[in-house]
Amino acid sequence: MINIRDKGAEIWEGWNRPKRVALVLITIVLAGLLPFAASWGPTSFLNTPITSFQNVLVYPVGMFILMALGLNIVVGKSGLLDLGYVAFFAIGAYSQAILSTKFGWSTWEVLPVGIAIAMFSGMLLGLPALRLRGDYLAIITLGFGEIVRIIALNSKGTGGPNGVAGIPNPPAVFGFKFDLMHPEHYFWLVLGMILLVVWMIRRFTVRRPGRAWEAIRQDEDVAALMGVNTLVYKLWSFVIGAAVGGAAGVLYASKVMVISPDMFKFDVSVLILACVVFGGIGNIWGVILGAGILAYLPDRIRFISDARQVIFGLVLIIMMNLRPDGLLPRKKREKITEKSKK
Amino acid sequence: MNFSVVTSQFWALCLQGLALGLIYSLISLGYTMVYGVLRLINFANSEVFMVGTFSILFIQVSVLGHAVNVEPIHGIQLIGALLLSLVGAMLVCALLAMLVELVAYRRLRAHGSNRLASLISAIGTSIFLSESFRIFTHSRPQTSPRLLEKWTFGEIAGANFRIDTVMAIIASIIIFFALDQFVNRSRLGAAIRAVSMSEENSRLMGINLNRVVTLTFAIGGLTTGAAAFFYTTIYENTQFNVGFNLGIAAFTAAVLGGIGNLRGAFYGGLALGLLEQFASAILGSQWKAVTVFLVLVLVLLIKPSGIFGEAVQQTRT
Repeated sequence: MINIRDKGAEIWEGWNRPKRVALVLITIVLAGLLPFAASWGPTSFLNTPITSFQNVLVYPVGMFILMALGLNIVVGKSGLLDLGYVAFFAIGAYSQAILSTKFGWSTWEVLPVGIAIAMFSGMLLGLPALRLRGDYLAIITLGFGEIVRIIALNSKGTGGPNGVAGIPNPPAVFGFKFDLMHPEHYFWLVLGMILLVVWMIRRFTVRRPGRAWEAIRQDEDVAALMGVNTLVYKLWSFVIGAAVGGAAGVLYASKVMVISPDMFKFDVSVLILACVVFGGIGNIWGVILGAGILAYLPDRIRFISDARQVIFGLVLIIMMNLRPDGLLPRKKREKITEKSKK
Repeated sequence: MNFSVVTSQFWALCLQGLALGLIYSLISLGYTMVYGVLRLINFANSEVFMVGTFSILFIQVSVLGHAVNVEPIHGIQLIGALLLSLVGAMLVCALLAMLVELVAYRRLRAHGSNRLASLISAIGTSIFLSESFRIFTHSRPQTSPRLLEKWTFGEIAGANFRIDTVMAIIASIIIFFALDQFVNRSRLGAAIRAVSMSEENSRLMGINLNRVVTLTFAIGGLTTGAAAFFYTTIYENTQFNVGFNLGIAAFTAAVLGGIGNLRGAFYGGLALGLLEQFASAILGSQWKAVTVFLVLVLVLLIKPSGIFGEAVQQTRT
């Protein structure tokens, strides 16, 4: 099968700097114009029937791309199956909800704190869990996701099953207001965070942590023998993934203004995993594409919306059986090393 | 926190814990058998259980034509109905487990894909099953007809020996004994043990690997189906997500006893069932799942091979 990812990488590597900068800028501007796509004639078929297109772009599309990128660091880069990713999303969302309604913090003040809390809980979970073999990790993370939800459901501080209401929107920055009237501002904010995460992952990938993750993903024992401190690097990928999930949670809570425990069920973890797997495990562009498609389609095609989980389950089975590398597979040179191992 | 409940209801809690624990043990066989042979977690087993509970409803309501609020039936009719539900659920679960193996594992195994791929496809199967039933039942819990009148043999030290609890305990022990004999005595059991020791060597000895794998999935399905039957007779209702929590608990039981180890699954299930009953009596039932999870983490941290060690047979490469 043709590897589009490799073709793209080939062209990209053949280009000089001005050409690359131009392409990046054009892509960013086009992405930034997306909120207006629904009202422009030729692309108006994108419009969604129930929720307004601009809101769909923020949640689920933007948020899921952000979270899928975060999960991709854990699952794709270092090969650890995390089935409780929703926990970090929930932790971020509840940090925002509690700190803003009880202590009057603004979203911008909560954001670093929420990220820090998510990272810390990622470390708390990771320290015991990452010592174990992969399939145990899957079960432990799955349990952790449920525990966070159960604690939120049964504690007084989190409002129990009713959750927290009246979470304030983020205050305006540079004249950009964040309220119900301006979903496009939210989208730009999420887009900015996505770009930041993409940049971060790309930097990591070419540096020591990226190489360590790659080594761990291919063969953990060999990596350890070569002197890679596997636990530390696994922990880092886990914690960075948690940070992205936490950031998404903080933004989500301040966008929807009301959160409750049933928004953070196991379904969400599976959905994000499906996004990663569908697009191409380990490949940023594939993950963005996969998350975009899987998050957007249920809102565009109504009858999918009720059966979306069934479809995501099917996506996981079919992709694993027929195209385990996803829509846009990772680089071939990484795949060759995978084959030679067998 | 309510510790007085422990002293006042000690034996009652023990009996309930025993019954629940045996249900866990039966489900955990679906994990343990498969793990022993493939070294993979059979994630879809929880949904096999869920489908099993629904198949009992289907048999009792649609095939036998009992209304949900039926008067309890007696005598030969009762025994026939119960046996039919039990055998039916076991068969449905065994077939489904074999199907799961075919869809989620076989192709990936043949291609030599990595473990992550099999895990993900098994999770996909599990989501697909539970969500199909959610849509099918409109997310509503379903009540099963009470065919069996819940009379008690009597009370000893506060423990109420109800017919359904006693039946579940005795029957589970019989099933375990039979399975243990099968794995340790029969020719097919020897094949299963051989594959769990070394896949490659057993293939050299002329064992049909695919058949053994299918067989272990089928055995796991059979016992999970039996668990579904006892669960529905005791609790009398089911829901599309019933497999989720029971699945995690059963998996914990398997790990607690040493995953891949038959007898380990038995004792692990018992220990977990008792622990869960006491924990929910002391802390309140909403924290039940949290206790199970903490036990799992602690076991994996302190003794990852479980109380009785891994593998169907002690030998491991």
